[in-house]
Formats: sequence, structure tokens, C-alpha cells
Amino acid sequence: MNNQPLIFELSKPGRISYSLPSLDVTETVLNELLPNDLIRDEAPELPEVSELQLIRHYTALSNRNHGVDSGFYPLGSCTMKYNPKINEDIARLKGFTHIHPYQSEDTVQGALELLYDLQTSLEEITGMDEVTLQPAAGAHGEWTGLMLIRAFHEANGDFHRTKVICPDSAHGTNPASATVAGFDTITVRSNEKGLVDLDHLREVVGEDTAALMLTNPNTLGLFEENIVEMAEIIHNAGGKLYYDGANSNAILGIARPGDMGFDVVHLNLHKTFTGPHGGGGPGSGPVGVKKDLIPYLPKPVIAKDGDRYFFDYNRPESIGRVKPYYGNFGINVRAYTYIRTMGPDGLRKVSEDAVLNANYMFRRLQPYFEAPYTQHCKHEFVLSGKRQKKLGVRTLDMAKRLLDFGYHPPTIYFPLNVEECLMIEPTETETKETLDEFIDVMIQIAKEAEGNPEIVQEAPHHTVIGRLDETTAARKPILRYEKA
Amino acid sequence: MKFRYLPVTEQDKKEMMESIGVNSIEELFADIPEKVRFKGEIDLKEALSEPGILKELGRMASKNVNSGEYTSFLGAGVYEHYIPSVVDHIISRSEFYTAYTPYQPEISQGELQAIFEFQTMISELTGMDLANSSMYDGPTALSEAAMMSAGQTKKKTILVSKAVHPEAREVIKTNAKGQNLTVVEVEIEDGVTNLDDLSQKYNDETACVVVQYPNFFGNVENLAEIEKIAHSKKGLFVVSSNPLALGVLKPPGKFGADIVVGDAQPFGISAQFGGPHCGFFATTKKLMRKVPGRLVGQTTDDQGQRGFVLTLQAREQHIRRDKATSNICSNQALNALAASVAMSALGKAGIKEMALQNIQKANYAKKSFINNGFTVAFSKNAIFNEFVIKLSKPVKEVNEILLQQGIIGGYDLGRDFSEFENHMTIAITELRSKEEIDNLISALEGVK
Ligand SMILES: Cc1ncc(COP(=O)(O)O)c(C=O)c1O
Repeated sequence: MNNQPLIFELSKPGRISYSLPSLDVTETVLNELLPNDLIRDEAPELPEVSELQLIRHYTALSNRNHGVDSGFYPLGSCTMKYNPKINEDIARLKGFTHIHPYQSEDTVQGALELLYDLQTSLEEITGMDEVTLQPAAGAHGEWTGLMLIRAFHEANGDFHRTKVICPDSAHGTNPASATVAGFDTITVRSNEKGLVDLDHLREVVGEDTAALMLTNPNTLGLFEENIVEMAEIIHNAGGKLYYDGANSNAILGIARPGDMGFDVVHLNLHKTFTGPHGGGGPGSGPVGVKKDLIPYLPKPVIAKDGDRYFFDYNRPESIGRVKPYYGNFGINVRAYTYIRTMGPDGLRKVSEDAVLNANYMFRRLQPYFEAPYTQHCKHEFVLSGKRQKKLGVRTLDMAKRLLDFGYHPPTIYFPLNVEECLMIEPTETETKETLDEFIDVMIQIAKEAEGNPEIVQEAPHHTVIGRLDETTAARKPILRYEKA
Repeated sequence: MKFRYLPVTEQDKKEMMESIGVNSIEELFADIPEKVRFKGEIDLKEALSEPGILKELGRMASKNVNSGEYTSFLGAGVYEHYIPSVVDHIISRSEFYTAYTPYQPEISQGELQAIFEFQTMISELTGMDLANSSMYDGPTALSEAAMMSAGQTKKKTILVSKAVHPEAREVIKTNAKGQNLTVVEVEIEDGVTNLDDLSQKYNDETACVVVQYPNFFGNVENLAEIEKIAHSKKGLFVVSSNPLALGVLKPPGKFGADIVVGDAQPFGISAQFGGPHCGFFATTKKLMRKVPGRLVGQTTDDQGQRGFVLTLQAREQHIRRDKATSNICSNQALNALAASVAMSALGKAGIKEMALQNIQKANYAKKSFINNGFTVAFSKNAIFNEFVIKLSKPVKEVNEILLQQGIIGGYDLGRDFSEFENHMTIAITELRSKEEIDNLISALEGVK
């Protein structure tokens, strides 16, 4: 396939793709409205294309992109499940798209009802006491949650809790969020079972511990079975327990972070609750807390008085605002639609099937790859490409080879504590037939690594473009088009 | 089977369990301690059918007064503009909206190229060297710009004008608390940043000067003068800008801004109760390696074909962890695509024409209010598409009356500024006709 030109390269002066009403007020000479030195003298170089050109351009681009609707997408930690179409229809209702955040509360009671009901549902699902829908994504929720913990400690006159503990398997946003919230990160080791090493945890915990951040099931897809003891260790030291909800798809209706002892939780509505991933967002990262942290939640909070919903600004101890307006409403609408579609039994079945699918793939693939951890996994599992690496085939090569078969590869080289890591999350929305086909391809690649390594090393062979030179991209960055 | 998104049949389940070597699904959850296992059913409403969902959610949607049916004059950071029909058609292509971050460039060229084009368009509009792939929204982008300035200059004080959106200032303050930075607000005078106060507050500890262009009152700030102060010592110059206004206004890049941020919402993104919108972040080559979030770069493949990849990732959380320049991971990619499509559809001519219509119509409205005996605040200032009028009654009461006449009134400025009680900010975009403007003026006749 040929390169798709940049839209700037398709442009020709004089072509347009818009239709504005004509100006119906008396026109004033511009320099009577704006001082000359504020008037733009050089027009921005923006495209000049016809409507059909525009549509063909973006259609061509879409054809060079793989989504869940295109094919299997077992990207671990990202929960690439089916994005229901009804969600999109609902989110596009005029009563949801054409409402302004500064309309009076009386004119948006339907929107507030939805948000309030979503908050309540998420409280029930997570076992937390109150939820805010302000944060825009997972990382934003992490930072918000850590700021709440910081506010809690400081309100208790506790200014020396400067450390946040994260497992070595933690997602990069965990330590990064800790830094943004003003904490230092301490790393706690995983043991040979892929779980937090309790002895090491006891060693690193102390009077300076603000919180432990944990994903459960963790990023290896394993349930931290010592969670009760871990909670005790942290709480006895005066710290708080933070739950990164990226992996909630494994435990809906089965176990709740609130019952495990977590004090703060964030969820990724764009993962577990089918807000589409959008090519990298927008997401929504609500945060739930236990009672003692409620006073610090970002303002405003959506509250209910009799039959009337309103924004509660009367939160004197709030950490303040983390996002303008009321969060990513459009994504919250989609998540709410999903929750109402599935109901309590549906959500539980989501997790049961997600875990069943993952274990099935795991056991079928286990003979062909190294499996660093062998207990039953939850919604995802990790394999290591160590065996193939000895044959000169790296995990990256296997990922690229999967592209030839029309699959999006699993997450690779994460978590960092597994060598040549492949992290596979099938989700509950895939059929056994799809899993079987993928398993067969993985087995074929494992065999190719033994008998015909070049075909893997040189992959992909059938994509619109070959492997790209990332080194030059970073060394001599070209971040925008410039007219020749 | 009850759930159309769940394809595992009883037969599948049986075969899969056999293959795993378990006799029940419960065995797969045996590692969850009894003590924390949830017993019973979570207390949620029962599942609804698809028609049931349409009815129930349709009921909620119909309770909201919407600008499709009412004439709206609300702005204050979120605007109702012409959205070319093509936008929704493109972002509804599921190759785009059901994909995630383009980590595998060979099958993500569409997304990567679209973002590269977005970065180019934002750079062009702002007059900056480069732009990133998007941030959550304008205010969080502004806050990141302030934090980045502090990191770059090693200074601890953020000087922010009170003419910057109040909610953006709130976000900056929350963020600053985490970073142990001080936020000092600069007073306003006659609806723009008070330059004397700015000079007085600017000192050796200043990390950056933050202003908005046009500002929260709709007035166009004097960036040339502010820049001189902002760069008089080591501080950076940060401008938050409405990107549509840059169709007619000289871009902040031409005034020597170091970082320009804003929200691309005016391009193809509906108000949708305040989100998701689309933050952007543009800066200079000098600061390129400090930029938060994802950047797409151009490169070539092994055959020499042009292609695009995520680049300069050593700034980011997945590589640098606690040393990353920001914690942002997911951003607003799909909305950046929507904005790109809208910017492409409007194009060079359309963005200028649309911006001119905003400025012409808003000035027509402003003049008409004055001619009809209303008090227009800060009336000497140049505006883009917003201005402030003073009424004889509280804005809340006035808006209730307007609503009866099918009008969503302007923004109650007294909400954030006690000195501006009874002041209403009115936004006039290209969508408001002369007749609608004239009607608003008549409707307000009794409260001038
Ligand atoms: C385990 C984990 N934590 C946090 C995040 C961050 O979430 P987001 O991308 O929504 O900011 C992710 C997403 O990639 C994740 O997988």
C-alpha cells in the first residue's frame, strides 16, 4: 500500500470543506475592533481540501489503524473489550451533548441524576463510601487519590509521611503520580510467586509511609492473596492503602477493594466499563474513598436533597478542584449505560468469563513459553519469551510477527520485573473460537522461533509499513509538517 | 443467553474448564481470601434491555435543557460552535475509537499520522515550534505548563492573572500544593491584568507568568507588555488561549510566549456538560524534552517509507517512572482527532472566517447593548466573542426569566468575583443570528 499523504500535502488554495451562515450584522472594519498590532498578519498553514478529499483522507487513515472492532486486541492491562454501540448512541443524545456546565442546576437534573446514580453504583461496586467523578483518566485519579491521602495526613498534623510504596511490578503512572503529589517512591519487591514480598514490605514500611499503591489483581494478573495482612501492615504503620483499579475487570461482584482494606480507589471507566479507548483517550478515572477521607474530596461533589440533585461546594477541607467542570461527562454516560445494561449479575459474569478466558489461554500456551508464575491467573497473565530469546527471537519479534496474522500484540516488556515479558488479556467479550485461533498462531510462532527464526525476526511482512526507525525519530525529532 | 456482549456458552465453559483442569469457576478464584470475598449480589439496578436503556437514558437526557432547542449565550470557557457534519462521521469510525494508544506503529499509522497532523495544526495556530498530542483539557494543560515552568526554572512561585479562568486557577492551586509551589494571583484592572501589580509581584522567585488570551472577561490582553515583564528575570511566559480566536488574533508565539496551552473544544467538540474536551500544549524547541505527555514524530521504515511513531518517550512515566516530566498516560486522542477533522474542514479560510464572524457579531452585540442604554463593563477593551454587561438584578434571577423565553442566559460572573455581582458574561458565536441577539437585548430591557 502506498503512503497516505499528509492532509497538508493534499491542499490546494481555494478548496474548502465548510459551510458557515453569512454574516448578518453590519460589518465593521477589523482595525476598529482590534488594534493593528493584535491582528494576525500571517494566516496559519491549515489544510485546504474539499469535503470528499477530507473524508477520503481520514478514511484512508482509519484503514491504517487496528481497533477492537478490527480484530482481537489482547493488550494486557488495558482491557480492550468490546465497546457497545448503544453507548455511543446514548452519549450522542442532544440532552447530553448540548448541555453547558454552567447551566443552572434546575436545567440539568437529568445529567445530575445520571452522575449521582453512577457515583452510587461505583461506590457499591468498589465498596467505598463516596466517589468523585472529576478525574479525567487513571493517572489523574491516582494523583487525586494521593493528594487526598496527603491532605488526610497533614490534617492530622502528620507532615513526615513523605513516602509512597509501590511494587516493582507497578505501572509507571503509580510512581509518577506519587512524584506529582509531592511524595518519594519506595519500591517493594515481588516474591517468586509474583506477589508482594511481605518481609520486604515490613522492612520498607515505617513512620514515613504515606501509602502503599497496589493493583489487585496485580499487573502480573495475580491476586495478592495476602491482601489482608498487607492492609494490616500499612494501617498499623499509620499509612493508607491505595487501589489502582486498572484491573477491576477481574473482580466485579466477586471481591471489592473496600472490603480488602483499601482506603482510596480509582477506576478506569475507559477499561472496565467500556468507555472506548479512543486511540488513547479520553478516559475517566473516578476516585472512591472511605469515610475518613471524604472531607478532602475535590469540590464540588454531586449530592442529592430529596428529589433534587445539586453540586455541593460546601467542602471546607477539600483538596480543591482537579478538573474543570464535572469530569469527562461523555465517558461517564457511556460507563453508566454499560452498568445499566449489565446489571449486578451481568457484571459478575463479566469477571467470571474474563478470568475463564485468561486461564484457558494461559494453560494452552504454557507448554510453549516460559511461565514465570504458575498459579491460576485472574483476567490476564504473563509469559516470558526467555526460551525464544535463547534462539535469537525476542519478544518484540514475536509481537511483530503477530501483526502478520491480523492481531494486535499483547503488552510487551511490562511489567518490568519479568524478562522478555508478554502480558495477555483476552477479556470476556471474545469467543472461544477467537482464543483458539490466536493460541494456534502463538504456537506456530513459538515453532517458527525454533525452525525458522528469520521469519519472526524480520516480521512484520504484511503490514502497510515495516519496522520504523525509532532511534532517528528520537535523535532528530520531526514533530510537525513544514511546508517545503 | 442473557448478555449480548458475553459469548461464552455453557458448552464452551465446560470445555475450557476441562482444559484448565478445574471443576468449577470458583476454583479460579480460590486465591481470594474468604474474608474479602463478596457474598451475594451487588446492590445495583437489574439489567435493562436495549429498548429499556434507550427509554431510561432517553428520559434522563430529555430532562436537560439543551442548546439544540434553546438559544444559548453561555461561554466562559466552553462554547457552542458550528461542528462540521464530517467530524462525527470520522470519529465514529471504529478503527479510531476502539483502538488504544498507538504502541504498535505498524498497525496504528492512521492514529499516529492524524496526531502528527494535529500537532502541526496546533503549532501553526499558536505560532509555536511544536505541540504535543493532547492533554486532558485546557485548565489541566495550563496547570502542567505552570509545573513545567517551575521544573525548568527551579523557581517556586507561579504568578497567575485573576483574568485567567477561575477553575483553571483552582486546578493550578491544587497541583501546586502537591509540588510545594506558591501561587500568587495578579490583580485585574478594567477587565485586564494589572501590569503594575504584575511588575510588583514579579521577582527572582518567579517561575512563570500565566495569562489568558482572550481573558476570562472576553478581553484581549496586552501580550507585548506582559511579555516584557514575564521575561525581565528568569521566569517563563505562559499563555492560555482560545485556539479559534487565533484565526484573527496575532498568535502568542509571535509575542515570545514559551508555552501556549488551551482547549481545542471550539473545534468540533460539543459542550457535553464540560467534558471530554481536548487540552493542547505547544512550546518551543528549547523546551521540547520537558513536554508532558505523548509526542508523535516522523521517521522512516526499513524500506525508507515515511511513517510515524511515538517519540521522545524517555520523558514519560512508562520509561522514567518517578522521574517523568508528568504522570499523564491516556490523554484525549479521539477528541484531538475530532479537532483535527474540524480544523481540516474549516481549513485556512474557514477558521479565519469563523473567527471573524465571532468578533463581528460579538462587537455588534456589545455596541447594541451600549446603544440601548445598558452598562457594558470594561467597554474600552478589544474583545473576541465575549463581553460583560451589568444588570440591575442578580444574574440567577434574570436567567430564570430568560429561560421562560427559550434563552439560556450568560454566565454569572458574581459566582467567582464578589465585586462583579449582577454582571453577566455573554458569549456570541457565529451560531447566533442578529435576530437572536436583538431578542436577547429586548428580553433584558427590564433589568438594565
Ligand atoms: C495498571 C495501570 N495503572 C494505571 C494506568 C493509567 O491509566 P490512564 O492511562 O487512564 O491514565 C494504566 C493504564 O495504562 C494501567 O494499566
